[in-house]
Amino acid sequence: MGGAASIGVLALQGDFAAHARALERSGIAAVEVRRAAQLPGLDGLIIPGGESTALLRLMEPEGWEEALRDFHRAGGALFGTCAGLILLAREVTAPTQRSLGLLDCAVERNAYGRQIDSFVGQGTLRLDEEESEAEMVFIRAPRIRTVGPGIEVVAWHAGEPVAIRAGRLLGATFHPELSPESALHAYFARIASSRMVEAPASTQAT
Amino acid sequence: MDTGTLRLKTGLAEMLKGGVIMDVTDADQAKIAEDAGAVAVMALERVPADIRKDGGVARMADPTKIKEIMKVASIPVMAKCRIGHFAEAQVLQSLGVDFVDESEVLTPADEAHHVDKFAFKVPFVCGCRDLGEALRRIGEGAAMIRTKGEAGTGNVVEAVRHMRAIMRGLRELTILRDEELMAKAKEIGAPFELVRWCAKSGKLPVPNFSAGGIATPADAALMMQLGAESIFVGSGIFKSGDPVQRAKAMVQAATHYNDPDTIARLSEGLGEPMVGIDIRTLENRELLSTRGW
Repeated sequence: MGGAASIGVLALQGDFAAHARALERSGIAAVEVRRAAQLPGLDGLIIPGGESTALLRLMEPEGWEEALRDFHRAGGALFGTCAGLILLAREVTAPTQRSLGLLDCAVERNAYGRQIDSFVGQGTLRLDEEESEAEMVFIRAPRIRTVGPGIEVVAWHAGEPVAIRAGRLLGATFHPELSPESALHAYFARIASSRMVEAPASTQAT
Repeated sequence: MDTGTLRLKTGLAEMLKGGVIMDVTDADQAKIAEDAGAVAVMALERVPADIRKDGGVARMADPTKIKEIMKVASIPVMAKCRIGHFAEAQVLQSLGVDFVDESEVLTPADEAHHVDKFAFKVPFVCGCRDLGEALRRIGEGAAMIRTKGEAGTGNVVEAVRHMRAIMRGLRELTILRDEELMAKAKEIGAPFELVRWCAKSGKLPVPNFSAGGIATPADAALMMQLGAESIFVGSGIFKSGDPVQRAKAMVQAATHYNDPDTIARLSEGLGEPMVGIDIRTLENRELLSTRGW
């Protein structure tokens, strides 16, 4: 494999079309993924915003959860926004629910309140040791309550971590896909493409 | 820090895409809907099929009912206000519902004016039968559009008619010359700037969902293939023989609508669907979709 990373957007439910548009604005073509069998052909997968409870139900057939763990183990990168982060987290509260447990953090669902409490704010990104201001769209958003030792915080809002990274895992409580510019999408594409040099060829499924 | 902007309103609608929004009348039904994978619930006192049967004036639900449902659901909760009844809408916003449906299923409170939806922080969804009606509602601030269909009939024919009209209207706009757009806006009674926006992009500026008579997985697949981005199921689930199985099947169908093998499997052994009504047997005064303009 050579050239640009191949990035998919999980299209079971949620704002997958908004993610595809955000990737396209960064010059990256996106593949809509509705079947677990599509995963081995990808370098990275975005799990979009949506309803995490609905996504869990839609992932029950086809062994999605195991397929996503295998994808990650084989070197694939994962980026979850809002509901996507909730699925990736180690622990989920309000209410307690199942998750993939890949990203070492605890998140609380709907932690800012209901839809009338949804907001657009200004926050700080720190990507590749470079700080920048960014607009952040929070919709019925979760909050990251605790993070594990291996976690790097890559974005803050009001002094709280709102995006975190651990190796090839990236998660945000807000929706970069709903802002006109998203540095996080380009950042994720760089994470996903790094797999092609680091991962031995034998781990890349065909 | 901005709250209640159109971007935040349509943003929530974006999160509900590829999903099923289910009508529920109590906390137990709300739990069943959430467990089955609904992306949101519509809190009601009576589902449309019962409103149709009972007659009388249908109003906003009792706040006790709405609060009971909000308490158990972790997914967004929607509730209906009557067309033009901005005071009911104010009450729903004060209760903290996540979306207001200004709905023809309830008895209209104003036959000339819909609610000014820009005056609210809570997002609104409105029904429509064609592109002109969709753009009038968006012009008033609706953050989501749905077909009206004919609620409470279990008959998808009107939803199909309305979705085809919207999509055909959009396609027609894309082939018009710029100087023809004003005449078109006049003809369909829609705000010119929105007509121009749609002509350029070929789509609505807000998410386009479908409601009104959707009862089976194949109905869901039909509406999604015709252009719906999500579906509302009103009476179709809790008026069927096996609500849990049907609710789960509808959720999968809204995702895999382009895969007939999956729709076939989902349609098997679901038990009795709700008993439907042939629209042609309804009197004009019994039609809900002709309410509003």
